Amino acid sequence: MPTAPRYHLNVTDHRAKLVIEGDWTVHTLSAVQPELSHLEAADVQALEVDLTGVGRFDTAAAFLIDRFACVQGIDAIEVEGGSDGMRQLLTQAASLRPKPQEETPHEEPHGLVDLLERTGRTTSSLVNEVVDTLAFFGETLMSMFMALVRPTRMRWTALVAVMEDSGLDAVPIVAFLSFFVGMVIAFIGASTLSEFGATIFTVELVGIAVLREFGVVLTAVILAGRTNSAFTAQIGAMRMRQEVDAMTTLGLDPMDVLVVPRAFAMLIMTPVLTLVAMLFGIGGGAFVSWVALDINPTVFLNRIQEFVPIENFWVGMSKAPVFGMIVALVGCRQGLLVGGSVQSLGRSTTKSVVQALFSVIVIDALFAVFYMELGW
Amino acid sequence: MAKVAIKVRDLRTSYSSHVVHEHLDMDVYEGEIVGVIGPSGSGKSVLLRAIVGLKKPDCGTVEVYGENVTGLEGDELREVQTLWGIMFQDGALFSNLTVRENVMAPMREHTDLSKPFMRQLADQKIRMAGLETSAGDKFPSDLSGGMRKRAALARALALDPPILFLDEPTAGLDPITAGAFDKLVRDLQQSLSLTVFLVTHDLDTLAATCDRIVALGDKRVVAAGTMDELRAMDQPWLQEYFGGPRGRAAAAGVK
Repeated sequence: MPTAPRYHLNVTDHRAKLVIEGDWTVHTLSAVQPELSHLEAADVQALEVDLTGVGRFDTAAAFLIDRFACVQGIDAIEVEGGSDGMRQLLTQAASLRPKPQEETPHEEPHGLVDLLERTGRTTSSLVNEVVDTLAFFGETLMSMFMALVRPTRMRWTALVAVMEDSGLDAVPIVAFLSFFVGMVIAFIGASTLSEFGATIFTVELVGIAVLREFGVVLTAVILAGRTNSAFTAQIGAMRMRQEVDAMTTLGLDPMDVLVVPRAFAMLIMTPVLTLVAMLFGIGGGAFVSWVALDINPTVFLNRIQEFVPIENFWVGMSKAPVFGMIVALVGCRQGLLVGGSVQSLGRSTTKSVVQALFSVIVIDALFAVFYMELGW
Repeated sequence: MAKVAIKVRDLRTSYSSHVVHEHLDMDVYEGEIVGVIGPSGSGKSVLLRAIVGLKKPDCGTVEVYGENVTGLEGDELREVQTLWGIMFQDGALFSNLTVRENVMAPMREHTDLSKPFMRQLADQKIRMAGLETSAGDKFPSDLSGGMRKRAALARALALDPPILFLDEPTAGLDPITAGAFDKLVRDLQQSLSLTVFLVTHDLDTLAATCDRIVALGDKRVVAAGTMDELRAMDQPWLQEYFGGPRGRAAAAGVK
């Protein structure tokens, strides 16, 4: 068990004598450090330290004592007693004293100015983010165009692999969730509409809602959570391990190799997944109507064909490739922005999912306004 | 003879069916720098991990200052962990903390010093490891390889441990930086009277810093002694190791 450190300071004739006793180590110092740091020995020109009664003594203790001397403006400490090792530690501490300009007190920024500064920074970074995303969009379109013009440049294997990974493998979850959302819409519609005796209109409700909005938005949300984050993580990990740099030096354009196949894959697969979502959504609605409302599936489908205009389907479908592009673009862009640290990978992945979801919802709202003006 | 700081007896470690060490005995004396060498895959790093408790040995004991440290858990483990500092191969600095916060991390965990003093002490350790004070504000990803190693050394020394473990301290450094690092280790070992356990492939490091060398091979210690003693031994791997062009160059460099 270490003994507690003690000290005693004597000042006579501008000479201070510091007698210390006990174990002075990093684990025990907290007992004396606050006092010693604030101790003021007025007008002292020399400091003598008596180490005779010291048990253990380490660099932290040497630093503390040297710091005491430093604050009093004393350069050399006279040492009495103690082993050679202790003296050596004190000498070492003195030789490592910080330069005066490095001694700036550590200040935590706070207050109104900091708030304003952060607001300003965030705003400008938001603007930059939008501009950069648009620039990346343009660059990707260019690369995609080049790939179409010269199909030999296209990475077909990568394209098919991504299509399988983020398209085909997503079918079960998209189908499942759409089915349940279809059921929920039907339930809510049925319970509200039955008050007016208009239960049969559940069919139109399910049809329009699923075809126009839910099918495609649900698909986009699932892809934003599932595929978009995967894109960021894959490309980000490659950046962290300098694989992207290696690619560039080998004459491979990361845009061609990494971004274009993903963009095309999403462009192709999102409409397919949307179709799946629509079919299963309507299926879910039909199931509930059949079980809870006694609407025969045949009646349900006939009524959908008759009373739900086909425009709804096309409106929904027209949004699918746009959302697919958003997911691919945001995912790839954030992946390429990953720096050297693990931290930045996590940050980019979070950012990528948030941005993709945000963009999907906002653009969906713009589409709604657009189609409403067109009168579809 | 000096006191034994680390005493390994009859150690056996394995990864599923692959046995890394068997009947391994080894001593590290207080105040010396021991270099551990051996062919790739001979279990140098695993030995280090077994001693510090990162890899549980199948059987055998590891004693540090006469205290059995094998299989310790919880508070007992925390207690003995203050006896050593470890510098991992690539530094293993926490990437989300600045260098200063990295050095402060063990202090926060094991001491109750005041925050400002801890910060100043961390700065002192950073300077001790040969870095500028301003490096304390940087993140590990902003540092060069050599600086990262120094920062890692500063963190290993944060609590003034009597024993220092270094895993490949000079790997991936240029000869000048590596030489400076060797000197730093030597100087710190002398001024802080540390016991250093050093795993390395670097013959220059061995020649420049180590008091004694332990060669692993065939799942156990095949030879231990000073560089000259090992050089004189009639063991094929050692002969090839020290007799090759690099080995001769390192020996010439010391003389």
